[in-house]
Amino acid sequence: MEIAEQNGEILTELQISPFQEKWNIFRKNRGALISLWFLIFLFVFSIAAKLLTLYSQPFDPATVRLSEKFLPPMSPFKSELVQPEDAPPFGIYLLGTDELGRDVFSRMLEGTPVSLTIGFVAVGISVFVGILLGGLAGFYGRISLGLITVDTLIMRFVDIMLCFPTFFLILTVVALLPPSIYNIMIVIGLTSWMGTARLVRAEFLSLREQDYVMAARSQAIPEMRIIFQHIVPNAIAPVLVSATIGVAAAILTESALSFLGFGVQPPDATWGNILSDGKGYIFDAPWLTFTPGFTILFVVLAFNLCGEGLREAYNPKLRQQR
Amino acid sequence: MTAFLIRNIGQRLILLVFISIIAHSIVHLAPGDPSLVDPMNPRMKPEDIARIRAAFHLDDPLYAQYAYWMRDLFTGQLKSFKDSQPVLEKIWDRFLNSLPLFLVTTLITWCVAFPFGIQSALRRGSVLDRGGTLLSYTLISFPGFFLAYICIIFIVKVFDVPVIGISTFGLEDAGVWLQSMDRIWHLTIPALIFASGSIAVLSRYVRSQMLEVIHMDYIRTARAKGLSEDTVIYKHGLRNALLPFITMFGLLIPALIGGSVIIETIFSWPGLGKLGFEAILNRDFPVILTLNFITAILTLIGTFLSDILYAVADPRIKLQ
Repeated sequence: MEIAEQNGEILTELQISPFQEKWNIFRKNRGALISLWFLIFLFVFSIAAKLLTLYSQPFDPATVRLSEKFLPPMSPFKSELVQPEDAPPFGIYLLGTDELGRDVFSRMLEGTPVSLTIGFVAVGISVFVGILLGGLAGFYGRISLGLITVDTLIMRFVDIMLCFPTFFLILTVVALLPPSIYNIMIVIGLTSWMGTARLVRAEFLSLREQDYVMAARSQAIPEMRIIFQHIVPNAIAPVLVSATIGVAAAILTESALSFLGFGVQPPDATWGNILSDGKGYIFDAPWLTFTPGFTILFVVLAFNLCGEGLREAYNPKLRQQR
Repeated sequence: MTAFLIRNIGQRLILLVFISIIAHSIVHLAPGDPSLVDPMNPRMKPEDIARIRAAFHLDDPLYAQYAYWMRDLFTGQLKSFKDSQPVLEKIWDRFLNSLPLFLVTTLITWCVAFPFGIQSALRRGSVLDRGGTLLSYTLISFPGFFLAYICIIFIVKVFDVPVIGISTFGLEDAGVWLQSMDRIWHLTIPALIFASGSIAVLSRYVRSQMLEVIHMDYIRTARAKGLSEDTVIYKHGLRNALLPFITMFGLLIPALIGGSVIIETIFSWPGLGKLGFEAILNRDFPVILTLNFITAILTLIGTFLSDILYAVADPRIKLQ
């Protein structure tokens, strides 16, 4: 009887899929779990925000009401100088107004999808370049091109990129290019792929020698298929972790660029440029600084904690020490 | 050993050449010209622009401009586009200003991050560890200038000391004591804020290294021999946990110079970061390029030294 029960337990333990096992570890980290829910909420919220600011008149972030400037958060709308159709949503300035009387709440709504897009597209570019170059160096590294091998060529290029002071490089390029949100995303992405490339190369080097890759080769499966169907999914875990943290870093970089005046240009709003616009009024209208500041802080924190949870779930070494 | 050194230095010199070529191409291929800094100025005639472009060799092909830059750099003749001052002298002056900031920042980072990381690894799961983890993540997640603004307001309101700039204007005749206190205040706040982010990153890293090491067999052996806990942790554990940090020395330099752009701009600290930022605003190509080039040289020297130190510290590694 007891043995049967024990067997049953072992069986259920064996039946847990790898994903479920990782999910169980991830779930135990309360900070990471809360962050994950927060981020999921934020994505839904940002889609809603995009639609609202585009199609709903009260949510229009560009509505200027000069007589209503610098109102503190939660002030009700009761001006007679402003057209009633320009009233803020729900007739109340939830987060106050800025120096042009624009509703900070609507501007934050407009900034949410923009800031998240910058984070995700920049990281998407850096992960793509990182996997491509890291994979090439790891899988085809031994092929020689005249004097040097592919591996040497790519890894020396990584070394070169690491020698540049990253933020200074980003700033140089963004300042010289015409200011546009796409340039910012591309530049951040193209200057932050080195870590991913190194990770992917290391994973590829060890995975390439595994038996299952040998088995796949023996069946004459095309190399591209081996790489993308058999190796990449196994190498993706550390990339996922560093990508999650990369989104956080990209959002911070954007806000730093905005601070120096090279971020997304007005009238488009991002959290970064609302924050840097607000800094001039920090004594008269502190909410202009603190609202976007703490929003960035919490969102970046959520990405970082989520990344840490993922790292724990995917790294068996850390798990044993628990 | 000698062969290793020669090959290593040779590789780095080749890297340096490529770095200079890439930096030069990035800066010169991007649109935006030094002659276009002031397009609205009515006194700028097309002839003036042509004269400026000729003076700066901007109409020459790219490889010729690269050759001019290299020649001027190594003969020390390189002049800034903006004020025709020698670039190397300018960078050296600013570097001397930045140096105390960098040193104090690094010192604060290490003095806080290492003890803190070690303690939180040893007391895993304690209040110190959990609180420290949350605090580190919060510090990493703060937009740098937002944190700086909050700190400036707090410091100025509570302690009533000026923190902007390298020293207070008009204190040149004051006593040595007052002047040095003034300098220290001006230095500490930017250094603390500059260090906050790296403290968080580094202490997390120290913690995970330490955790990895204390579960090793040789630590159990050391305990089994009956060594005191301090000897086990600090002599057997810490020395092994510290090894990977040697490799971090080299990459410290680009991080410091890149990070100083924001901090020095906020605090009006006349250092390298601010020089770089001003040069970017003025499209002052020689300064931008030379700053990048010097950073790259420093980084390569740093990684070279850390490679050698690593081999010295870890007898398992053999230089070939």
